Amino acid sequence: MELALAPETLARWQFGITTVYHFLFVPLTISLAALTAGLQTAWVRTENEKYLRATKFWGKLFLINIAMGVVTGIVQEFQFGMNWSDYSRFVGDIFGAPLAFEALIAFFFESTFIGLWIFGWDKLPKKIHLACIWMVSIGTILSAYFILAANSWMQHPVGYKIDKVRGRAELTDFWAVLTQNTALSQVFHTLSAAFLTGGAFMVGIAAYHLARKKHVREMKTSLRLGLVTVVIAGLLTAVSGDVLGKVMFKQQPMKMAAAEALWDGEDSAPFSIFAYGDVEKGHNSVAIEIPGVLSFLANDDFTSYVPGINDVNKAEQQKFGPGDYRPNIPVTFWGFRWMIGFGMSSFALGLAGLWLTRKRFMLPQHLRVGEDEVPHLVLFKNKALSPKLTTWYWRIAIWTLAFPLIANSWGWIFTEMGRQPWVVYGVLQTRDAVSPGVSQGEVLTSMIVLTSLYAILAVVEIKLLVKYVKAGPPELTEADLNPPTKIGGDSRDADKPMAFSY
Amino acid sequence: MELHDVWFVLIAVLWTGYFFLEGFDFGVGILTKLLARDRAEKRVLINTIGPVWDGNEVWLLTAGGATFAAFPEWYATLFSGFYLPLLVILVCLIVRGVAFEYRAKRPEENWQRNWETAIFWSSLIPSFLWGVAFGNIVRGVKIDQHFEYVGTFWDLLNPYALLGGLVTLTLFTFHGAVFTALKTVGDIRERARKLATRVGIVTAAVALVFLVWTQVDNGDAKSLVALVVAVVALIAALLANQAGREGWSFALSGITIVAAVAMLFLSLFPNVMPSSLNEHWSLTVTNASSSPYTLKIMTWCAAVATPLVLLYQGWTYWVFRKRIGTQHIAEPAH
Repeated sequence: MELALAPETLARWQFGITTVYHFLFVPLTISLAALTAGLQTAWVRTENEKYLRATKFWGKLFLINIAMGVVTGIVQEFQFGMNWSDYSRFVGDIFGAPLAFEALIAFFFESTFIGLWIFGWDKLPKKIHLACIWMVSIGTILSAYFILAANSWMQHPVGYKIDKVRGRAELTDFWAVLTQNTALSQVFHTLSAAFLTGGAFMVGIAAYHLARKKHVREMKTSLRLGLVTVVIAGLLTAVSGDVLGKVMFKQQPMKMAAAEALWDGEDSAPFSIFAYGDVEKGHNSVAIEIPGVLSFLANDDFTSYVPGINDVNKAEQQKFGPGDYRPNIPVTFWGFRWMIGFGMSSFALGLAGLWLTRKRFMLPQHLRVGEDEVPHLVLFKNKALSPKLTTWYWRIAIWTLAFPLIANSWGWIFTEMGRQPWVVYGVLQTRDAVSPGVSQGEVLTSMIVLTSLYAILAVVEIKLLVKYVKAGPPELTEADLNPPTKIGGDSRDADKPMAFSY
Repeated sequence: MELHDVWFVLIAVLWTGYFFLEGFDFGVGILTKLLARDRAEKRVLINTIGPVWDGNEVWLLTAGGATFAAFPEWYATLFSGFYLPLLVILVCLIVRGVAFEYRAKRPEENWQRNWETAIFWSSLIPSFLWGVAFGNIVRGVKIDQHFEYVGTFWDLLNPYALLGGLVTLTLFTFHGAVFTALKTVGDIRERARKLATRVGIVTAAVALVFLVWTQVDNGDAKSLVALVVAVVALIAALLANQAGREGWSFALSGITIVAAVAMLFLSLFPNVMPSSLNEHWSLTVTNASSSPYTLKIMTWCAAVATPLVLLYQGWTYWVFRKRIGTQHIAEPAH
């Protein structure tokens, strides 16, 4: 059998493809749920119609997105059993519980209240309808928490013992699984990055309309909300990334050494900006480095010792027996850089935007604009950017909307590939986790079917998003402005069309 | 009753919930081709389940997740063993979810027609395949001493399992027709009732053969009781439908599903996946289950969360309790 087509390799490719794809929708779902809920809250509190129009606009994009997130999530739940049955047998006692919790607590919440929200505009009083979208938002966050706790256990198994007779890992302390520092810092990091993603999405789309001077009221509000989200979330992403990094240095030194292509341990270890290495011989041929920074990232100390790939590999060989315990170094190294690079550039763009569009009291009289006007982009005290530069800022904002999505994908590729050859670090190797009874042909079939289906749906989804982005916020109807006072809808006119129907 | 027995019951409850709820929304999906005369009627049908289908589907995800947590060996053997049928079900569920959400988002004739076709097939195929899957689980499949499924894809398509597929397909269609009669107004309501009678008679015939076959092969006194309840409820549902008592008819078709699933699980116990090669290689509630500690935590979670879920999901049905007809469907703005 060709090695490249071994069931393990295919199962890994399928997992990689379906998971990265699923995670394009997840962060947008998490953040857009909360941001839409925020806008709707503003509508309910102020009764300013621009907030309702913005809610409907972002809500629609949110729904187009969550539909994909939901259906691609079903695959995730099934494929552990389908492709990774030995993994499921070995860890089910521990790993299954957070998954079941996720379904029982979070999925029911999300899916039930999303139905109420979509169809409830003319069936629920205003405040109850608003509560529904907040419930959805809470559901998305709970869901993230449980699945990340499960993933954290794969990164750093705690609260378990090995039952030799049954040949499996068994749970001894569920609380430890839910609250270990790996889980908490991973949740913190992933949620911040999710909000960075949603913020950048909002900024990009608002910039599209503002550059064309369309829907100015709603888009100014959205731009502002997006920018603030990007900046706060970007900052938190960096902080939580640092926390998570330090946890990883302790728990998976190999991953972090590989992230830096640090072959041999040293004091004052450098942060590598660029490296090109020889994996076989175990050293870099070219490297551009900043001294001491890696030691600082690992231990908050510029002079501390950081172990290298070769050291950890030797240590693991002694501990776990002969073998190669190195992950794919180039992927880990570059994955780490793409994650940081793409994530932080959108943060920088948000920071710039927040300054350029600062509020009126910080601007001189002639640069202030009215409610219906596109803000001037003001870099220095008394002068707006030239039209050309202004156009460029809007343009860049549109194009960088995808940056956090790229950063998220690389973040996952980095952290999952960086853990190899382990599926559960130090406990179970990936090659021992696949389904022994599933044939090469079956895995290949499922990979091809799912990948093609996902590709088609990606085209459909993006076209639909573009259509609704371009259309802008909808005009409000009579029904929108007169929500019902009774649950189930007011019975003024029994034959009145529903406010929303499929 | 030990905790793994409790979880056997809870898994049965989750599947029952899934088939009860998604059963009628699969049925409604199938009716879009069998019952609706034009696009407006198709939309009436789709909108009867619009706010609830997603929540209904979560019963499946929970059944899957709970099986993973409570019976990891069962989850592993079932999902890796029934690989291709499950892949087909997965594809259907993906397409179906997207179809509901996206169908009305563009005005083009082609776009809408394609998604409508997708809704029909992606409702029909899983309706059939779930029956095939459960038929095989109850009948027993080729499982070796390592709990691996060693049969082929074609082994799963045996007469008993295929008959099981027909039962779920017809039963869900009947359940969907009865639900439609309960949730719509106008001409479509009348036609749904007429169609329900026709489908119901076929269902009764197929289900009777399948359940008796199950009883003869694997049954005991308890499963016989469930069988009788299922058959009586189905006949009563038909009569209630005939008499125009739509609420009763729906409740009774629901009881049919509950009793039929109960019967399958009763004839399964204490196995969860019997081996047809050697009875010592069967997966049972004991050898497939998680540790008592895990089961205890799961029990607490289920005890708190399940009533809440029933409560707020039930509330959703109450919020959307009004019947709908073509007059309630507005042409969406594009």
